Amino acid sequence: MSNSNNLKVRIGVLALQGAVREHIQHIEALGAVGMAIKRPRELKEIAGLIIPGGESTTIGKLMVEYEFIDAIRDFHAAGKPIYGTCAGMILLAKTITEGDQPLLSLMDIEARRNAFGRQRESFEADLAIKGIGSFNAVFIRAPWIESVGEGVDTLAEFDTIEHGNVKVMARQGSLLASAFHPELTGDVRVHKYFLNMIKEA
Amino acid sequence: MIETGTLRVKTGLAEMLKGGVIMDVTDAKQAKIAEDAGAVAVMALERVPADIRAAGGVARMADPTKVEEIVSMVTIPVMAKARIGHFVEAQILEALGVDYIDESEVLTPADEEHHINKWDFKVPFVCGCRNLGEALRRISEGAAMIRTKGEPGTGNIVEAVRHMRSVREGISWLKGLRDDELFAAAKDLQAPYDLVKWVHDNGKLPVVNFSAGGVATPADAALMMQLGADGVFVGSGIFKSGDPAKRAKAIVQATTHFNDAELLAKVSKDLGEPMVGIEISQIPEAERMQERGW
Repeated sequence: MSNSNNLKVRIGVLALQGAVREHIQHIEALGAVGMAIKRPRELKEIAGLIIPGGESTTIGKLMVEYEFIDAIRDFHAAGKPIYGTCAGMILLAKTITEGDQPLLSLMDIEARRNAFGRQRESFEADLAIKGIGSFNAVFIRAPWIESVGEGVDTLAEFDTIEHGNVKVMARQGSLLASAFHPELTGDVRVHKYFLNMIKEA
Repeated sequence: MIETGTLRVKTGLAEMLKGGVIMDVTDAKQAKIAEDAGAVAVMALERVPADIRAAGGVARMADPTKVEEIVSMVTIPVMAKARIGHFVEAQILEALGVDYIDESEVLTPADEEHHINKWDFKVPFVCGCRNLGEALRRISEGAAMIRTKGEPGTGNIVEAVRHMRSVREGISWLKGLRDDELFAAAKDLQAPYDLVKWVHDNGKLPVVNFSAGGVATPADAALMMQLGADGVFVGSGIFKSGDPAKRAKAIVQATTHFNDAELLAKVSKDLGEPMVGIEISQIPEAERMQERGW
């Protein structure tokens, strides 16, 4: 058993706060090994990292407190893929439109927090994701991507009534970000996409 | 097609709060301290439970001005309390843009028979429980998140522990039953059969369960997490203590690293005076908030 586990891809989920368990369940449904990451030293045991949804201010403060900022930047510099959902997307962004919370500033995007509004505006909708297809996406007090830099591939957009098309999923090399929560649905295709990024890395 | 207010969207926000601390605040200044300390959400209140207990009289929903002041101060979710059964207070809180409504025993109940029909709302609700049956009754009424009640405003963790253990014991008991025993179990629990069957099959509650009512120290928060809470509510414990900002931050860290005793030792140091606690047996039964709701 331990041998087959050694051959499986190990994916970490940053477990400072937020929806950790759901990501681990999706990872394991794909036959990979999911690990909750609470300390920077645990990063060396994994091939890819998911930064989950939660409160980005809380996760950001705890990342500073437990010295995750430089550790995750090093993880990225070593070419290992990172996927951020919702709060995780905000933390990956180079800049945010408002506020001065701690960020990893790895991905050349600008994120707008709570862009769709408060909880009563949270919603589900079908999206067309490049390379994946139609996907039922759950947005919770979600951010969107205000703008992207060169080299960032926009994978999904959402047509809002007031603001027209807004970007909700993007990839830049080994970085993946979505404003919505694939871990809250039974659909593992986004996680499979990320697993493939890890295998190619 | 866009759908708002779905069960997945309602329970989903609670999933995002997991591993976090939700703090009671009574004004914008406290809300800012809570957010800076790393709270995942704040609960907007007129008075914290310890003061409600001391003041007596009828406790109601907070003044909308106060709720709006808090909503505009922070970027994290804002919760607010409505009285049990008071669906108009809930309608008002929904109109104010509150992110979660706590149908709470901390306030004086408005209905001694019926809770709010929470399916009528787009905004999600959290409700208190002392045991599995009570949790499932609230979920059947549409609660998207549960918290064990404890005894609010006491700074005494004993009731929170009792209720968390009771929910857990209820779940283990259901898991061990045969399928044909679930009908009688539903009757005993006074809960709908479908929810009883779901818990039997899945071995957990269908929604997130936080701990509330009595958390005063980082060790209390970690205790509740080790007992299986998904996160903690801290009411009077922070702003009735000597150094709220420091204690709030320490409780946040203890909730994240609830299994790391060395870290718990470190963050528990020099926090100033904790809130003054109350021994439960000193509270007359009629004044115990946990008895409210059915």
